[in-house]
Amino acid sequence: MNVGGQVIDILARQLMRDPATLTPDDRLDDLGADSMALVETIFAIEEAFDVQVPFNANAPEAGFDLSTVGAIIAGVEALVRARAA
Amino acid sequence: MRRVVVTGAGTVNPLGADVAATMAALAAGAGAIAPVTLRDADRLTIRVAAQVAWDEGRFTRDQAARWDRATQFCMVAAGQAMAQAAVIFDPARAGAIIGTAAGGHATIEENYRAVFAEGRNRVPPLTVPRLMASASPSHLSLAYGLQGPCFAVSSACASSNHAIGLAMQMIRAGAADLMLAGGAEAMVTFGGIKAWEGLRVLSPTTCRPFAATRDGLVLGEGAAVFVLEDADHAAARGAPVLAEVAGFGMTADAGDLLSPTVDGPARAMRAALRDAGLTPADIGYVNAHGTGTRMNDQTEAQAIRSVFSDPPPVSSTKGAHGHLIGAAGAVEALACLMALDGTLPPTINHDAADPAIGLDVIPNVARRADITACLSNAFAFGGLNAVLAFRRGTGAARPRG
Repeated sequence: MNVGGQVIDILARQLMRDPATLTPDDRLDDLGADSMALVETIFAIEEAFDVQVPFNANAPEAGFDLSTVGAIIAGVEALVRARAA
Repeated sequence: MRRVVVTGAGTVNPLGADVAATMAALAAGAGAIAPVTLRDADRLTIRVAAQVAWDEGRFTRDQAARWDRATQFCMVAAGQAMAQAAVIFDPARAGAIIGTAAGGHATIEENYRAVFAEGRNRVPPLTVPRLMASASPSHLSLAYGLQGPCFAVSSACASSNHAIGLAMQMIRAGAADLMLAGGAEAMVTFGGIKAWEGLRVLSPTTCRPFAATRDGLVLGEGAAVFVLEDADHAAARGAPVLAEVAGFGMTADAGDLLSPTVDGPARAMRAALRDAGLTPADIGYVNAHGTGTRMNDQTEAQAIRSVFSDPPPVSSTKGAHGHLIGAAGAVEALACLMALDGTLPPTINHDAADPAIGLDVIPNVARRADITACLSNAFAFGGLNAVLAFRRGTGAARPRG
């Protein structure tokens, strides 16, 4: 499965949604993601892709864009590319 | 109703190895947060903490075998407090309540490392009594012959305030005349920091409570222990009184595991005031929980503003000594004693005001003030809140004529 599909699976599990209903434009706020869901999502992404996501719950706007499904996928793709490089 | 006074205080914390050094550091606006020195620190993402400069060599072989690092801190702090109180007491009417979040965390970690990572098949025989959360009050009982109520309380970051509050209630209710109370914590370990890293709330830089630039809490370690005594008991022997533990309020948010509410902490502050027979206008200083996380500082400020129509000066000393978790409230009670004595400790590392706070946080520089009462806040994960109200002591208490 590609990175996007895996990220959607992770998000769907954390947010208790059907992965088929998630689209890149969906905002995490609208999907009901609280701060704990975000931290758990980041942990799952780090474990799945063996990457380090730069995220501090005290400065959520800095470092890594978690606003939408698409932004997270793009961010993870960049981290995976950086790891491979 | 019996009143409860503090007649002895002791501490070991990142700012100093006793009360005088700690208060001097707080008054000077000094800080103890520094790069962490631990085995395997290079595997940590967060590499700052407030550690105690500690030499285990001071202990006998027996003590070193029996006392986890947290208990070591507790025993040294209690020794100072008991020396200051210089009290002769009825052992059956004396006890100890010590708050801790993680108990003998370093002992657990050392032995897990030995059996899991290093493949050893044996651990030292005293591993269980070292790691038990109640180790500190147990050893206080043994050391001072305390034969009354002795136990540990655990409510994460509120543990010390729950311990001091319960000990006060114990004396007030007549179950004891003298109690050792406070907190001890030593979870600045490789595994302790790793666990906190997972929550993503640690600052990678330093702790800046209430500042617009704050980016998280910094772990600290240490202990503070107080001798609490029935006021008449203290007066009968003419003991100097450091402060009165005047009130205690405890509430629970019943909201979210990690995110604090405004209402739970506000109710705890009001309960402490009511219990002490004080009004908001009587309070000249609030020692805030002030962890330096975005969420705590904002909701706590809101809670303080909801309790006080005209809030007194408020500071968080966690920028100086870090977050001592289960020992936080005990060390911060020292900041309250200092405030009652005329010096309000500052909130250090305050490099930019946050308009969402809206309080006088005593930025960076200590301030002289003549106050008669103050509050100390402690709020924990789980939504558990404990607030203490302290009133100024009378100097040398006099027997009632």
